[in-house]
Amino acid sequence: MNDVLDVTLRLLIVFVVFLAFPLVVGQTEHKVMAHMQGRLGPMYAGGFHGWAQLVADGVKFAQKEDVVPAGADRRIFQLAPAVALLPYLLVLVAIPIGPGEGAVGQAVDAGIFFVLAVMGVGVLGSLMAGWASANKFSLLGGLRTAAQLLAYELPMLLAAASVAMAAGTVSLPGILDAFEWWWLPWQIVGAIVFFVAGLAELQRPPFDMPVADSEIIFGAYTEYTGLRFALFLLAEYAGIVVLCGLTTVLFLGGWHGPWGADGLGWVWTLLKTAVLAFIVIWLRVTYPRLREDQLQKLSWTLLVPLALAQIALTGIVKVVIS
Amino acid sequence: MPEPTVGAATAASVAAADYFPSYSVVGLLAVVGVLFVAVAFGAGRLLRPVVPTPEKLLTYECGVDPVGEGWAHTQVRYYVYAFLYVIFAVDSIFLFPWATVFAAPGYGAATLVEMFIFLGFLAVGLLYAYKKGVLAWT
Repeated sequence: MNDVLDVTLRLLIVFVVFLAFPLVVGQTEHKVMAHMQGRLGPMYAGGFHGWAQLVADGVKFAQKEDVVPAGADRRIFQLAPAVALLPYLLVLVAIPIGPGEGAVGQAVDAGIFFVLAVMGVGVLGSLMAGWASANKFSLLGGLRTAAQLLAYELPMLLAAASVAMAAGTVSLPGILDAFEWWWLPWQIVGAIVFFVAGLAELQRPPFDMPVADSEIIFGAYTEYTGLRFALFLLAEYAGIVVLCGLTTVLFLGGWHGPWGADGLGWVWTLLKTAVLAFIVIWLRVTYPRLREDQLQKLSWTLLVPLALAQIALTGIVKVVIS
Repeated sequence: MPEPTVGAATAASVAAADYFPSYSVVGLLAVVGVLFVAVAFGAGRLLRPVVPTPEKLLTYECGVDPVGEGWAHTQVRYYVYAFLYVIFAVDSIFLFPWATVFAAPGYGAATLVEMFIFLGFLAVGLLYAYKKGVLAWT
């Protein structure tokens, strides 16, 4: 009975985090972007600095008519948002936020492997949307999504493999148990490659060719309205939470902190994740969109060689010290 | 040597006993997720208006009536990248099981040499693609 309660509680917490954190990131993005551009951002909804703006958006989305174009592939079109969203929920369960058994939704033994495999499924949602819409802009967006996935999945895999080599395990809590502070400079190149490749997979600016609004309206999501559109947006922000959480766990030491604060490990995890999420927003405001050929070039001629070099470095250091 | 075999067998059965519960929790979460989406879509159906008109159901192309079909033949220019990706990604997957044991006692130098051979293959492949001009968008 206790086990049932335990599992229920864990699933509930993961689910609440999955719904709440993306909203926090979204609201932060509203305000941070606004202030970086000399605006105020939302100020009315909820009274205090527009804190309820995204709640209001949600209410609006739920009331909007759901239009499925006559020419679209109806079933696939309707399913696509769910396929884009649910993988991030599943990844969240495997991310440890503190030391010990209790601070992870579920310790999955194949950690990194599971996480990368499941995250890869999320992109299928965009591809399904792009194809099923029967819209030329959506199709172009879908093709660009596919191209981006092809280019950036590889450096991400290689950078993650470097951490697995350093820790000698693929389990996420196991990696954190093995973490030492000097891994930070040791794995820094891998960390940057992983983070940049992750941004590209989420199609966040400056890697937002697939949804480039000035060229192809909104890419694969052009035909979507209402709740389904909201789910795609939620998927994007859940993706930010997952990417920042993963970078924290793999490269920044997760719950380890400089003063070895016991019991406060989860604060470190959340703090590091929040800082990374801020950087994601910052990059969006800072950089112009990369063109498709520049995207491919960045990945194949810079990120992949860097990731390979990181693997070589990790291998040499690991063998020398052991 | 019977003892290590027995030990390994117990370890394996313990691992298997851990394996299925941990993934069944993941499976449960997947069920929760599917329920969430189903409830959201169901509730959305009750909340939203349904007033379709032919104009509304038309494919959206910046206000102009669409010409031809959306499912057009397209030249996929990055198919070479796709080949590269498949080759490299399948290779890289094998890094993960190897990564967990390569520095184990008694492996050290040999696995390191193997790693450099592996990286050498990848690097030469990448260099070849680069020299062939495949990595430049055409």
